[in-house]
Amino acid sequence: MAVPVLEVRGLAHAYPDGHQALFGVDLHVHDGERVALLGPNGAGKTTLVLHLNGILTPGAGTVAVSGMPVDKANLKEIRRRVGIVFQDPDDQLFMATVRQDVAFGPANQGLRGAELDRRVIEALEQVGMAEYADRPPHHLSYGQRRRVAVATVLVMEPEILVLDEPSSNLDPASRRELADILRSLDVTVLMVTHDLPYALELCPRSVVLHDGQVVADGATYDLLTDPELMRRHRLELPFGFDPASIPGIGSLPA
Amino acid sequence: MGAGHGHRLHYHGHSVVHRAPAHLKLVALVTFMLVVVATPREWYPLYGAYLMILVAVVALSGVPAGYLAKRMLIETPFVLFAIAVPFIAEGPRVEVLGLSVSEPGLWAAGALIAKGTLGVLASLTLAATTDPQDALTGLRRLRMPDLIVQIMGFMLRYLDVVTAELGRMITAMKSRGCDPRSPRHWPVLARSLGSLFIRSYERGERVHLAMLARGYDGTLPSVSPPEKVGAR
Repeated sequence: MAVPVLEVRGLAHAYPDGHQALFGVDLHVHDGERVALLGPNGAGKTTLVLHLNGILTPGAGTVAVSGMPVDKANLKEIRRRVGIVFQDPDDQLFMATVRQDVAFGPANQGLRGAELDRRVIEALEQVGMAEYADRPPHHLSYGQRRRVAVATVLVMEPEILVLDEPSSNLDPASRRELADILRSLDVTVLMVTHDLPYALELCPRSVVLHDGQVVADGATYDLLTDPELMRRHRLELPFGFDPASIPGIGSLPA
Repeated sequence: MGAGHGHRLHYHGHSVVHRAPAHLKLVALVTFMLVVVATPREWYPLYGAYLMILVAVVALSGVPAGYLAKRMLIETPFVLFAIAVPFIAEGPRVEVLGLSVSEPGLWAAGALIAKGTLGVLASLTLAATTDPQDALTGLRRLRMPDLIVQIMGFMLRYLDVVTAELGRMITAMKSRGCDPRSPRHWPVLARSLGSLFIRSYERGERVHLAMLARGYDGTLPSVSPPEKVGAR
């Protein structure tokens, strides 16, 4: 098989205060896949995400992105390849205008001038926010800020897009718009979420993390319709939601 | 949305004063302040002249006097302190309106109020006529260390976020029957300010992580804004 976009092997991590968050995680994501990373609060999902671009350093194990190991020497390239969209857009958008914010990443890579402008507008168009380029981010609605946050990462042309709780705090319309955007992108996606219907809608495959270990890995539909597995790992579907009632769900297009 | 629109001190306009380059305005403000502070208090007619200059600049800028007057209230605690000086200071006493006050104290208070008011008015005029982002660009052009300009930029960006957070905390306090204005509840207010500090600190760390994730290496790339400036 081809080199996976994301390859995590035996990853373990303990925080300086001694709290161990990850106990030997193995995870492979292949080119073009959309994978949901599910798990209850405190399962270690965010800790795992922060290893993917070298913000945290593994206590044991390795992470590689398209074959390139995540270590100090490769950090710059790794952070281009792995685009992380954090949960709170206010943490991610810190420049004076949307345009400057989207330009921040590529400008750090040394891009300037017309090429930079083109990339910025392209990324904003992908999320339908080009007309807001010269507005200050804090004047946008929450859903718009989330989309700009996605653009700030897309502009780096990442090989894998990592989204931390992309649907949190969005109204249903913004939630659906974001889903449409994510589906339209030609990029590998790892989506950390509690929103199980969203995972089912967007990600054919899911990985369940619980107590710092991968406890399940398979088709999202199969995981969500396994009541015993769901109960064991504190996963719950919203009231009245039954994956089996969705027509054609077993064969959703990837 | 929690964040308010526009900065509270800025008054939108297109006058000569608004359009003047920010770094010139900053230099003008600092020079003006140095001159005011260095003027001996016995030369009081000069203070009248300074005030005339400021009033002329304000008139030129088209910022309504009421707009500035309301914001001048920030000077109040300072003025109260100055008024107390003649009563506390030592030295020969004079009679003013039937009260015995210290003569050097009176001079000191007068000079303090005159200089303070000129300073506040001049700063407010600068703030009203200069977009905060332009002021930062001006500082950078004046060779202010980049790190300090960055910090000031982040302060501008997150001021509204943090005040909105404080607003929500106070609303939550009020909803549970606690009046943050009453001294009886000041301990609660103090604790929520403490937790606001912690939350802001943690947000700072998250922002830093998000910056690192996009390749931040200690300098903000200067991305020149496009020629046409969008509506603010």
